[in-house]
This record gives sequence, C-alpha cells and structure tokens, in this order.
Amino acid sequence: MKTNDLILQTATKTVVFIILLFALHIFFAGHYYPGGGFVGGLLTSGAIVLLLLAFDVKTVKKSLPINYRLMIAVGLLFAIGTAVGSFLFNVPLLTHAFGYFTLPLLGKTSLHTAVLFDIGVYLCVVGATMTIIETIGVSE
Amino acid sequence: MNESAEVVAGAFIFIGTLICLISSVGLVRLPDVYTRSHAASKSSTLGVLAILIGTQLYFLISEGYFSIRLILGIIFVFLTAPVAAHVICRAAYRANVPLTETSAEDELKDYFESNKQELSKTEMKNE
Repeated sequence: MKTNDLILQTATKTVVFIILLFALHIFFAGHYYPGGGFVGGLLTSGAIVLLLLAFDVKTVKKSLPINYRLMIAVGLLFAIGTAVGSFLFNVPLLTHAFGYFTLPLLGKTSLHTAVLFDIGVYLCVVGATMTIIETIGVSE
Repeated sequence: MNESAEVVAGAFIFIGTLICLISSVGLVRLPDVYTRSHAASKSSTLGVLAILIGTQLYFLISEGYFSIRLILGIIFVFLTAPVAAHVICRAAYRANVPLTETSAEDELKDYFESNKQELSKTEMKNE
C-alpha cells in the first residue's frame, strides 16, 4: 500500500518552525524567566524527532546534515572555553562577567558570558538526545 | 477594571471547562474508537482554547500584559490536536479496529481493499 502522510507532513512543516522558535525563545529567556539551555535543547531535539516521525531518517539527514557527536564536543568546548576565559582576567575559575552594550539593531542589551556556557549546555543536550534516538532508530 | 477582567475571564474559563466536561462524557458514552476520537479531539480542543483565551484576556485587562506564549499555545493546540486525532484514527482503521454495529456506511472500505489487492499483485510481480 502506498503510504499517504500528506496531512501529517504538512502539519509537521508548519509546527516544527513554531517549536524551534519557542526553543530559541526559552533558551534566550533563561536568565530572567524560566527556561535555559537544557529545556531549549530538549525542545529543539523534540522538533527534530517530530521531523523524524513525519519523514524518514534519510530525508532528515539530508536536510539537517549535522554530526551530533561533534555537536557534543563543540558544546563541551564552549563550556570549557568560558572556564579558561576566566584565567585570562586573573579571576577564579568559571567567574562570569556581564555588561550593557548598545547593539545596532537591538538597542541596549545586557550580554552575559553565562549565555556562552548555556550554549554549551544546549549543544550537549541536543547532541546527546539525538545521538541516543538516532542510534536506537537506525539499528535493526 | 479588575472586576470586569475577572468576569470576562471567568466566563471564558467556565465555558471552556464545561466543554471539556462534555468531551470527557462523550469519551465514556460513545461506542467505538472513531466516535470517541470525534468527541475527544473536537470538543476538548475547543475547551482548551476557551480556557487559554480566558487566561489571556485576564492578564491583558487586569495587568496589561500581552502574553505571546499563550497566543502561540492557542495556535499550536489548534493546529496539532486535529492532526493527532486523524493519525490515531488512521492507525486504528489500518489495525482493523471494527466500527460500531449501528454505523451504516464504510466508504473507506472499498478503497482500502482495492489498494490492498493492487499491493499484493505488485508484490507477486516483483517476486
């Protein structure tokens, strides 16, 4: 029988963007509101899992050519990078700094180095979750 | 100012919970998977939407806070709940879950059977 997943696939195409935007929002709101790297990462991997459910593994690999194991490594590198950065300014390990900057489009924004650490958490969570799911999904 | 917010939001949330209650009664009372999914998907979606709109209106009127997350939630539930019901019903039909005895017509059956025969023919050819 020819499979006919038109409704599921069309709904997925719309919904994935909402989930990814919400994940981004949760990730950047983490400092002032509930959220952060962990929840944002899980939401992102949830969106990718939805893509895997609606389409097959090959299509998703083609549209998102990401090596998830490398992603974990990059995330850990980000986390270690913020730790090493504190040595340069002669302060204790993992001391974070923040300041207010006036950016061209966003106006006055507070930038904090904890966001860099959060990016590390985010990449690690997405990488680990997707590695687990892909490994289970592909093996026969 | 505050009281009007409570009245408007209260009305919306009360209607929403009533619709959800009706939906759950339908889930218990109806005879087979398809009619139950009909009850569960439509009316509980509407109930949840009414509750979310009531919450949005309350915070909008009483505190002047426009929550974009609630709007996003409304759109999301409205988009995904019918798709979920559709997928569940399809899976049930393909697993040969029977319709209730009082149902008069099954238009999908002919199409489904012919599709099945075509598939077996192509499989024979391939072998």
